[in-house]
Amino acid sequence: MAAINRDDVAHLARLAHIEMSAEELDRMAGELAVIVESVKSVSEAAGEDVPATSHPIPLTNVFREDVVGHTFTAEQALSGAPDAYEGRFKVPAILDEG
Amino acid sequence: MSDATLSFEEAMEKYDPVLGFEVHVELNTKTKMFSSAPNVFGDEPNTNVNEVDLGMPGVLPVVNRTAIESSIKIGLALNCKIAETCRFARKNYFYPDTPKNFQTSQYDEPIAYDGYLDIELSDGTMFRVEIERAHMEEDAGKLTHMGGATGRIQGADYSLVDYNRSGVPLVEIVTKPIEGAGSRAPELAKAYVAAVREIVKNLGVSDAKMERGNVRCDANVSLRPHGRERFGIRSETKNVNSLRAVEHAVHYEIRRHAAVLDSGEPVIQETRHWHEDTRSTTSGRPKSDADDYRYFPEPDLVPIVASREWVEELRATLPEPPAARRKRLQAHWGYSDLEFRDVVNAGVMDEIEETIAAGATATVARKWWMGEIVGRAKIADVDPGQLGVAPATIVELNTMVEDGKINNKMATEVLDGVLAGEGTPAEIVAKRGLAVVSDDGPLLEAIDAALAAQPGVADKIRGGKLQAIGAIVGGVMKATRGQADAGRVRELILERLGVEG
Amino acid sequence: MTENNELIRSSAATLAGKLAAREVSAVEVTQAHLDRIAAVDGKVHAFLHVNTDEALAVAAEVDAIRAAGGPAAQELHALAGVPIAVKDLIVTVGQPTTAGSKILEGWHSPYDATVVKRLRAAKMPILGKTNLDEFAMGSSTEHSAFGPTHNPWDLDRIPGGSGGGSAAAVAAFEAPLALGTDTGGSIRQPGAVTGTVGVKPTYGGVSRYGAIAMASSLDQIGPVSRTVLDSALLHQVIGGHDPHDSTSLPDPLEDLVAAASIGNVHGMRIGIIKELHGEGYQTGVENRFNESLELLKSAGAEIVEVSCPNFKYALGAYYLIMPSEASSNLAKFDGVRYGLRVLPEDGPMTIERVMGATRAAGFGDEVKRRIILGTYALSAGYYDAYYGSAQKVRTLIQRDFDAAFAKADVLISPTAPTTAFKLGEKLNDPLAMYLNDVATIPANMAGVPGLSLPGGLADEDGLPVGVQLLAPARQDARLYRVGAVLESLLEAQWGGPLLDRAPSLTEPSPGTPSLADPALNDTVASHGGSH
Repeated sequence: MAAINRDDVAHLARLAHIEMSAEELDRMAGELAVIVESVKSVSEAAGEDVPATSHPIPLTNVFREDVVGHTFTAEQALSGAPDAYEGRFKVPAILDEG
Repeated sequence: MSDATLSFEEAMEKYDPVLGFEVHVELNTKTKMFSSAPNVFGDEPNTNVNEVDLGMPGVLPVVNRTAIESSIKIGLALNCKIAETCRFARKNYFYPDTPKNFQTSQYDEPIAYDGYLDIELSDGTMFRVEIERAHMEEDAGKLTHMGGATGRIQGADYSLVDYNRSGVPLVEIVTKPIEGAGSRAPELAKAYVAAVREIVKNLGVSDAKMERGNVRCDANVSLRPHGRERFGIRSETKNVNSLRAVEHAVHYEIRRHAAVLDSGEPVIQETRHWHEDTRSTTSGRPKSDADDYRYFPEPDLVPIVASREWVEELRATLPEPPAARRKRLQAHWGYSDLEFRDVVNAGVMDEIEETIAAGATATVARKWWMGEIVGRAKIADVDPGQLGVAPATIVELNTMVEDGKINNKMATEVLDGVLAGEGTPAEIVAKRGLAVVSDDGPLLEAIDAALAAQPGVADKIRGGKLQAIGAIVGGVMKATRGQADAGRVRELILERLGVEG
Repeated sequence: MTENNELIRSSAATLAGKLAAREVSAVEVTQAHLDRIAAVDGKVHAFLHVNTDEALAVAAEVDAIRAAGGPAAQELHALAGVPIAVKDLIVTVGQPTTAGSKILEGWHSPYDATVVKRLRAAKMPILGKTNLDEFAMGSSTEHSAFGPTHNPWDLDRIPGGSGGGSAAAVAAFEAPLALGTDTGGSIRQPGAVTGTVGVKPTYGGVSRYGAIAMASSLDQIGPVSRTVLDSALLHQVIGGHDPHDSTSLPDPLEDLVAAASIGNVHGMRIGIIKELHGEGYQTGVENRFNESLELLKSAGAEIVEVSCPNFKYALGAYYLIMPSEASSNLAKFDGVRYGLRVLPEDGPMTIERVMGATRAAGFGDEVKRRIILGTYALSAGYYDAYYGSAQKVRTLIQRDFDAAFAKADVLISPTAPTTAFKLGEKLNDPLAMYLNDVATIPANMAGVPGLSLPGGLADEDGLPVGVQLLAPARQDARLYRVGAVLESLLEAQWGGPLLDRAPSLTEPSPGTPSLADPALNDTVASHGGSH
């Protein structure tokens, strides 16, 4: 596993949709490198034959019956919206094209 | 702006197309995939939602049992294996129509896999399409792009989001690469999507209305030079939401790819958007390293174990498969192989079935759909079922003809009136003053006049040359402006001339 | 004042008894706690919001039902009228829920968490929302966007985290009970450093619906209190199956109050985890831990030693799984549907950039660190080495627990390696901060229940030490049985509850710096004033 560098952090920040200044990227790269180094042993801890555990307590087939429950009014749905228009959430343009 | 294309024939001479389809089927469950909000089309924005569909802080998903059962049924109808254990996974990407900024989907463990579908082409050729997988996921909300010139995403000033569709259960059916279709590729594309649509509709698990987005197709196209095994680079055309559009989009992409390859440029692996108005595609977001979806097992949901008993129980509830249904309907209706194939290819089998159910005979239903409506649909460039002719309209028109109230010529005129939105057939007949002249008095006057005008013809008829009668009938029809019953006119002419018919 | 002092220092069980006997009214009890909040929270900063009006209204309703008598009074829950504080990670209708983050500042949930519905059904007045590390990410409550909480034992020190607000509220007698959430120790470690009791139930034992998720496969809501019995009482209010949480256990809830009342540990095998004490643990912590072992032995328990060799990977695996899940769980905070929206200062105004600017401004450093780390661990090419491997380590940890529980009915360890450290001491050293959770994390990784109770004060600094008990999954009752016995043995030795030795907070103390946060004073002044 390669050490995490500034470009990696910039790429990850893009994936995570967090704008970061150059100074922040540098600082984060340094901190993450230390953390990543410290968790390195994990990848060698378990052999091929060890199954992964995704849920601490195994359950299966937890279903809901197909019965209609409560809904919000549009007003309730939009009550916390930073911006709304005619019953819908309003967002800036999706593409940066003239 | 618009891309260069080659003619389809030239493209086919040089290249071999490989297709692939991802068909999204919206299930018609009462509630959403992971929430108990109603799964209803077309209500007021943001009213068929609760905290789960809006991705509010703290919410958790719970799986809809009926959605799982519908998905298993689709898998079985596509001849798939049903996974004994499968899971949901999170597909992480940011988009404002995706309230959690991840889609709960299935990744490496789809509920159904390794199936196939045998597709019958217009000439009766059977073509097997291999199904790689059918997996469950949730639909996104609906974005409306505002401002700018076109209402498209490009150039919009802002967008509005309605989350009513957010969380609607989807089954995504993914084919393996389809090779060997050659110049039949566009036709196969249409026939495959039609077959999937027919299956899910027949299962009763989806409303299967393409115009409402219940069935949506992403079509992958790549070309390779004849004789080469390795696939070319593919494009994925999204938003192909009618059967005709599927055919056109594949046709167009083949021509576009061919032109790109001919120019010596590489095809770009990208998403293309289909535009019905221009019948062409435009470039979407290029697929790049940025598409790192960081899938991982959904920790808020537990695995689904489909016991063999459960699967067999569901299998036992499956309705008659479409191919078997077709055989049954053909026998029942008494159509010849050719007649029936024409009906299927025209895409009006369901419509004919509904028309017969509404009271028409098989012959009458076929006459109207194949003789009148299919042609009009072609001109209007829509699927015949979407033209706007209700089975009851056909039954009403036919009854009027059979009762002698109007003749066939008038009936087609009334049909055009119905399509123009002028009202019901009865209303149009009344409005336009259409009625067969059945009082013999005015007819006899017209006949006498016609006979007097063409004495030579009258003699021929008297002499036994009955085929000459058409000229007299024509004269009468002209005089009555077509409102006479031609059969009755013929009877009266023969009577007048004292000739046995 | 003396009477009020008695009310606020009473356990929930005692208050419940007095309320049932109508010796005191629910309004008096609630008001006493609101007064205490007004008096001390300027120093402690346990609360982000004080819910005065609603709490008093619920209390008045309980009093009216009791006064009317009849079946409605009979059917009142035992804890009806006993007030409670709720960690501000749990959504509540009628009060803001911030998760300690600027990104949710001012947001009101349109729905109640399942546990909150259960508190309301039991008619427990909700005093307010308690402070926490932003999105529960931290071990000191210093990562709250609204300023740190201070440890009532020493206001210069951390109250633990992430649930420092809930622990401090209970330790400072601002509430008899509180709800916490525990992803890697966020209930138990604050309990340890504030001399209070905290329980992380078996994973799935309490519904997570309405707890703002950090790491879905690790998070668990649990009780915070001053006595083991009180935690059992609260656990029974909030526990049990919830159809809104797919990971909720279908099992019926055990009688935990009965377990806390058994009163003996005779013949029980109590296992010391070799890997969770000794090196790296403060001497005072180790000493108090050993004393607890002696007391349990003297009470007839059999002390055995068990080894959990894979626990050494637990911290590393945790710091892969937790940020991975968190990176995905926190993606929803994007400025589209609720919460903060920040527009980019320059350049094109696209939604992508608004999301980026919003998340940049709305999240604090620790949250960003974990999101980036999690994004890394899940990204193409790294999944198998990081997330995948960590999930395998989880299996190894579960196997270690299985082997240990074959030898012991309950496991025991110190809850945290040290007593409360100074505010600011570890703030710039994430790794040192993460080490606080070394003893609590294994339980979250395996889903087993854990309880922390006060074990005394460390010799070197006179600060509380926590003792942690761990039981097999679904055997939470064992924690209450052993915990209650150990608590009574220790209190007999101390001559009363450990918190009797904590500073009063209301007497002027020249050494106490002014730590009041102006924003908080505002909240307390406007909502928490006496009526």
